[in-house]
Amino acid sequence: MIRLVALRLVFGLVTMWAASVLIFGGTELLPGDLATAILQNSATPENLAELRAHLGLDRPPLVRYGEWLTRAAHGDLGTSLSNDRDVVEEIAPRLRNTVFLAGFAALIAVPLAIGLGLLAAIWQASVFDRVINFVTLLTISVPEYLVGYLLVKYFAVRWDLFPALANVSPETDLGGRIYLTALPVVTLVLVVVAHMMRMTRASVLSIMASPYIEMAFLKGLSKPRVVVRHAFPNALAPIISVVALNLAYLVVGVVVVEQVFVYPGLGQLMVDAVSKHDLPVVQACGLIFAGAFIMLNMIADIMAILSNPRLRRPR
Amino acid sequence: MNSFQIRLGGHRLSWPAAIGLLIILVFIIAAIFAPLLAPFPEAEVVGDAWAEADGTHWLGLDNLGRDIFSRLLFGARMSIGLSLLITCISFTVGIITGFTAAIAKGWVDALLSRVVDLILAMPTLIFAFVVLSVLGTDLPVLVVTLALLDSVKVFRLARALAMNISALEYVEVARVRGEGLWWVITREILPNATAPLIAEFGLRFTFAFLFVAALSFLGLGVQPPSADWGSMVRDYRDVIALDLAAPLYPAGAIALLTIAINFVVDWMLSIHSRGHGEGA
Repeated sequence: MIRLVALRLVFGLVTMWAASVLIFGGTELLPGDLATAILQNSATPENLAELRAHLGLDRPPLVRYGEWLTRAAHGDLGTSLSNDRDVVEEIAPRLRNTVFLAGFAALIAVPLAIGLGLLAAIWQASVFDRVINFVTLLTISVPEYLVGYLLVKYFAVRWDLFPALANVSPETDLGGRIYLTALPVVTLVLVVVAHMMRMTRASVLSIMASPYIEMAFLKGLSKPRVVVRHAFPNALAPIISVVALNLAYLVVGVVVVEQVFVYPGLGQLMVDAVSKHDLPVVQACGLIFAGAFIMLNMIADIMAILSNPRLRRPR
Repeated sequence: MNSFQIRLGGHRLSWPAAIGLLIILVFIIAAIFAPLLAPFPEAEVVGDAWAEADGTHWLGLDNLGRDIFSRLLFGARMSIGLSLLITCISFTVGIITGFTAAIAKGWVDALLSRVVDLILAMPTLIFAFVVLSVLGTDLPVLVVTLALLDSVKVFRLARALAMNISALEYVEVARVRGEGLWWVITREILPNATAPLIAEFGLRFTFAFLFVAALSFLGLGVQPPSADWGSMVRDYRDVIALDLAAPLYPAGAIALLTIAINFVVDWMLSIHSRGHGEGA
């Protein structure tokens, strides 16, 4: 088991490293560099060369990659091109906001999805199961902004229950934050729950087909007891990885939701930076998003290994 | 319900799938014949901004006084056309590399598979952001970037399918007969991988479709003066505060087409997993 976990950890680290290479290389090898991004239309061959020398862009890419990585590891992500601010200072409060939003949504979505999935598995083929199957198939297909704007139209504009814009500031207290982010959180929950719930149901049902479950039924146990005590523990591994995968999705899904509710998070910052060709900010945000995504995927796999006795004891 | 059944390719069509097919058909017709069907030209100002819907302007007018219904029809061309193009490229690339990896085995397979594992372990949207921030958001850049990112997922499926099929005897026979790689791929493996690949095509199309729409909504996809449904949502989003439904029409169109395709794919996968599809 230790070997498996260690292997997965190594793969996770390799992926992180590859992500950093791709993010740096992507902004590096593709035509158009930092200098052309700064000068845009006023670029002439002379001032381009001058700026490249000034920024150190005339040195070999490998050297600059090494420098970028060591500086990033020391917490220095460079300065923003659009407003000359330190990227770390720019990012920190927005990262906190995004973590709050995604965490709040996960806190509601995970128990809800597992509960609904178990109920659908217990009452398989019932009206409840069919209705929830149909509804989740619908919500999976619906883009976040449609859910978001529908919520805004009714809950914010027509009935005036919640604010349409989630414009939190660093001074907002916890209660205010929860109130302001109510609609974005509901949007995220609706989008994420469907997938998690369907996978929970599917993995419980696939376990339900095994002989030991039939044995439990033959002993005369009730269906809820068989599902919760016998099938669920064995379905835990796939469920845990589904949860972690969806949390990874959540981390990226916030980008669109932040845009809908004009929430000052990391996603919005990155979108702005992309349209302004602000490469240092894009690189930094890209590293953070990719890092969170890769970490969650890694945790998913490791949890799956730990919760599966067959994997815990390799032959 | 047995009194009236629709069959397709020898399988009973489920009700959601039938409705889904109908919706897809309507959308495709709308996209192809947009110039004939649209009551007004795409970019013509025909009245006051945000005029109410009436008999001539079915969904009202937009921020510049253009007919929203006509713009939806033209937007269908951009949204569906772009996604179709992306999916076709990603399928060609994914299937060729996937089949090659499965047949060549050895280091070719190992190398391709590791690279694909790495790319799959990273978030696609973020990756696209990085590329677009450097190359800008021209349409060809957008198409090639999304197609290549998407082809990774096709590669996975194509490789797995080809692995299973190439272990079968008739493929072995063809190889022993001395047929080349191209023959084995196109004449032996491809025909037997069609069913799952078509279902996958539907799924990948919805992915590309939602992805393009999301990028356009974020302002990083289709740029004005062209418009797809995603950028229409972006253009109209401010009036949601005035209790107008304008951004909901393009967003709803995106959702409707995605739902329709998912219904059809769901049905295809269910006949595939149940052998000959009774009760599907």
